[in-house]
Amino acid sequence: MRAAVLTFGLFCLWLIMSGVYLPLIIGFGVISSVLCIWIIYRLDLVDKESITQQLRTGSSIRYLFWLTVEIGKADWAVAKVILAKQMPSQQRLILVPARQKSDLAKVLFANSITITPGTVTVETESDQLIVHALTDEAADHAALEDMGKRVCQLEPGWQESEAK
Amino acid sequence: MDLLIDILTGICFIVGGFFLFVGSLGMIRLVDFWARLHAASVIDSAGLGLILLGMILQAGFTLIAAKLALIVLFLFVTGPTASHAVANAAFMSGSRPREMVEDETAIEEPKAKTAKKTKKRVSKARKKA
Repeated sequence: MRAAVLTFGLFCLWLIMSGVYLPLIIGFGVISSVLCIWIIYRLDLVDKESITQQLRTGSSIRYLFWLTVEIGKADWAVAKVILAKQMPSQQRLILVPARQKSDLAKVLFANSITITPGTVTVETESDQLIVHALTDEAADHAALEDMGKRVCQLEPGWQESEAK
Repeated sequence: MDLLIDILTGICFIVGGFFLFVGSLGMIRLVDFWARLHAASVIDSAGLGLILLGMILQAGFTLIAAKLALIVLFLFVTGPTASHAVANAAFMSGSRPREMVEDETAIEEPKAKTAKKTKKRVSKARKKA
């Protein structure tokens, strides 16, 4: 089952990438995706997590839009720092709690922090992240925790009471 | 309609190019490894995003647009992962930012105290300089 879903996903990717829809070429696509999955299974690289839905679709899309806006704002802030005459040196290493349950949500949170200019996730621990911030503005605990809360809300089974 | 798309593309390219330039400038201008990492992240997000968005607008509803969207998607996942790997390697090998205002990882004392102490130390250092 799992292998079938993975093969299908790979084959869809092939279809998008190829753009030439002749029987021979599509046949190559099928063969190569099956071969890839076979090799991955041989190498035992498949993680043991289930492929059940780990994030809510609707709120994930909303989150992506919100993140894009945040990235835009942060881009402008960092551009101002770079272009400023006086380089401010307000670098910090701060701890940010990560309360997400699944690994996927944690990765999403850590990557969201890193892709937002001005903050980089340096180290992940079981329940918190070490974040390096370029400026005072970027090292805003409340804003980072707000982002963490938004990622928590993407997980199925999230309840308001757990946020505290 | 075509004109509108061309104008939007132009705006995307100009703004994206601006961010690419600023990012590259930051890689040279900023003080140390840690700060330069953030300049690279400007290129990663705004520069790359806007340039590829402009290309998608030019491609219209075609397979090429889908491919470009996939490139954005993959780079938005792998870019931060790569920056994290670099930052993590630096952190693990004991590198710390120059002139840090606050380091919550170093000392386990109450946060408020250490923050004040570090600030004082930094301001003293600045006065000397």
